[in-house]
Amino acid sequence: MTEPTTIAVAMSGGVDSSAVAAILARSQDTVVGLTLQLWDQTRLAGKHGIPDAPKAGRCCSLDDVYDARRVAEHLGIPYYIVNQEERFEQDVVRPFVSEYLAGRTPIPCSLCNNHLKFDQLLKTARSIGASRIATGHYAINEYDPARDRWILKRPADTAKDQTYFLFGLTQEQLSRTLFPLGHMTKPEVREVARQHGLALAEKPDSQEICFIPGGDYKRFLTAYLEEQNEAMPATAGELVASSGEVIGHHEGIANFTVGQRKGLGVASPSPLYVLQIDPASHRVTVGADAELATHTLRAGRLNWISISTLTAPMRVKIKIRHRHEPAWATLEPSGSGEVVATFDEPQRAVTPGQSAVFYDGDEVVGGGWII
Amino acid sequence: MRRVYMDANATTPLLPEVVEAMHPYWMEHFGNASSIHLHGQQARTGVDRARETLAEFFNCHDAEVVFNSGGTEGDNTAIFGLLHPGDHFITTSIEHSAILQTANRMEQKGVETTLIAPQPNGLIDPMDILRAIRPETRLISVMLANNETGVVQPVEAIGKIAADTGVLFHIDAVQGAGKVKFDVRRFGCHLLSISAHKMHGPKGVGAMFVRRGTPVESLLVGGSHERRRRAGTENVAGIVGLGKAAELAMHSLADGTIDRLAALRDRLEAEILRLPGTGVNGGSVPRVANTSNIWFDNLEGEALVIALDLKGVAVSGGSACHSGATEPSHVLMAMGIDKIRARASLRFSLLKTATEADIDYVLEVVPTAVQHVRALSPVEAGTLA
Repeated sequence: MTEPTTIAVAMSGGVDSSAVAAILARSQDTVVGLTLQLWDQTRLAGKHGIPDAPKAGRCCSLDDVYDARRVAEHLGIPYYIVNQEERFEQDVVRPFVSEYLAGRTPIPCSLCNNHLKFDQLLKTARSIGASRIATGHYAINEYDPARDRWILKRPADTAKDQTYFLFGLTQEQLSRTLFPLGHMTKPEVREVARQHGLALAEKPDSQEICFIPGGDYKRFLTAYLEEQNEAMPATAGELVASSGEVIGHHEGIANFTVGQRKGLGVASPSPLYVLQIDPASHRVTVGADAELATHTLRAGRLNWISISTLTAPMRVKIKIRHRHEPAWATLEPSGSGEVVATFDEPQRAVTPGQSAVFYDGDEVVGGGWII
Repeated sequence: MRRVYMDANATTPLLPEVVEAMHPYWMEHFGNASSIHLHGQQARTGVDRARETLAEFFNCHDAEVVFNSGGTEGDNTAIFGLLHPGDHFITTSIEHSAILQTANRMEQKGVETTLIAPQPNGLIDPMDILRAIRPETRLISVMLANNETGVVQPVEAIGKIAADTGVLFHIDAVQGAGKVKFDVRRFGCHLLSISAHKMHGPKGVGAMFVRRGTPVESLLVGGSHERRRRAGTENVAGIVGLGKAAELAMHSLADGTIDRLAALRDRLEAEILRLPGTGVNGGSVPRVANTSNIWFDNLEGEALVIALDLKGVAVSGGSACHSGATEPSHVLMAMGIDKIRARASLRFSLLKTATEADIDYVLEVVPTAVQHVRALSPVEAGTLA
């Protein structure tokens, strides 16, 4: 076996990362708990209908930091809070806001993984003497000597699969990251927490975007822009049918996401969905459910994991949003660091701003951002 | 692993003599100091003796000593107890949050505050205080020694200004206690606050000098304890511990302990400064003997604090009360130090029991840790923009 090293566990105060700390604290490695303080949950509280007191189960609330600290105390491991609020705002919140304002639908969790958890946190971990970090993500990370690459795979508990948010990890980052829960199911993880006497074993999972209490991103955009003394850009425009016919007006493109049905503000005999948002003309195209289906997608800002780069067409399954069942497609390189995927069956609501993650069986081939 | 504690400005351990002095007051002399019977008298004796020691420590009358719960209560009492709507208050931008946040609260109640910024060397210019005085100025509050840099403020000069202009003067002396000889007459203050745990006494107890006739209102209302200046049953064991700590502090100031401490600090500082890209914040002016605030270019102070802790060396960056929210130190920022350097600054504050061997160990650990943290600072981000 490898000789004992120091491992930093990224602790959020939830069950998963707490179980990771408990598992590793029993190993012969030295374990240090770190919590990233990313967002001040009281910052926009009470403004524009944002809830006053953040509920537990959201990272960076005082309750969650307390829970993480209690776990570290219980396990007898050193524990520190690392403040990265500035980086989080710059690399996650700002891009999130500008993406929405540009008519796209961003995924802050992937940005946070790429910029905070597996970049800043890993850097901090290494500078304090840890060689690797461990997180509570459900994913499998293995080195394949034949290919001389670190391979990211879907976890045993496919319902908890978080590989979709991890496609941006570099080989260097993967080589320094442990996902101890990859081979476990959620009930097994809760059982580990119970066995270690962790009080939070029954704590509910967090689902929302951590900096948006209540999950209402429109309220967040309004409150954030107001705090920054920035005006909400005027992006009101026409609501058009796929035939091109103008059927109404809307208040701003930030209110829409591709595939959205509610809140369109027009009456129609059959349900209407947002098909397309044009950030230049501010035009929002709506149509029937069937019209949401597309055969191709284009993705850029790519990262490759199981291969060094894509040089020839490849058969893969592609996941286009977190809860999407990966669909068969042929992936082809397309100049200037982009790829084009052609699905075997048309896919519903391919949404610019989300990521497309490519799978070969259980392995993550790579991924990119939908253009 | 060897452990060296160099965060005395956050708190200090009790000295054995202090624990011993407190011991009888937990179970044996447990009485309420207000009671008439023997048990009450035993407790009363403990409190009175401590009061006598504190009077000597401050150089004041016994009746001018008020026991309380510590520095924050003292600071709050000075401000809440003396200021009324319409009054003007002068303090500095490098005070502890127990002063600054209290002043904020009073702003909402119609008390205007003027914050005096330090010079780049960390010193407050008394003339800046004089210039800020207006007819409605009622109180000046200035710290004796800064918790982060250790810089000792010219309180005597400020005391003279207060006397000449008829303004009340409070000194937050929490970080000076046991490090600087006190003389409230020479300082020219009306109020002065200290905390026991910064000078090897217990946490949760402190004392305040209140010059006779100073019309300070009690923060806590209830019984007639402390001559109606602080209600609440006396924390007898704590007060006895504070008394013993003050007695030992007076010895240390007289027997050369503090001079020896300054020599240790100077050696630590000189050796660390041999590392490239380092310097002292507030190093060019008088400081308390135990404190050194050092900046290290090209690193995250937060990471260095953790790295050193994992090697057994306890120091701090910024102020301990801010943990969790690591805003760059307001003290260093007020001195005009930029954000990046403020974040890369660490405070080494030695216990008076520090030894040469402690310094040796810290000097063994610091250069390697600094090199390590610096080497990893420029690591490139992931491939994704």
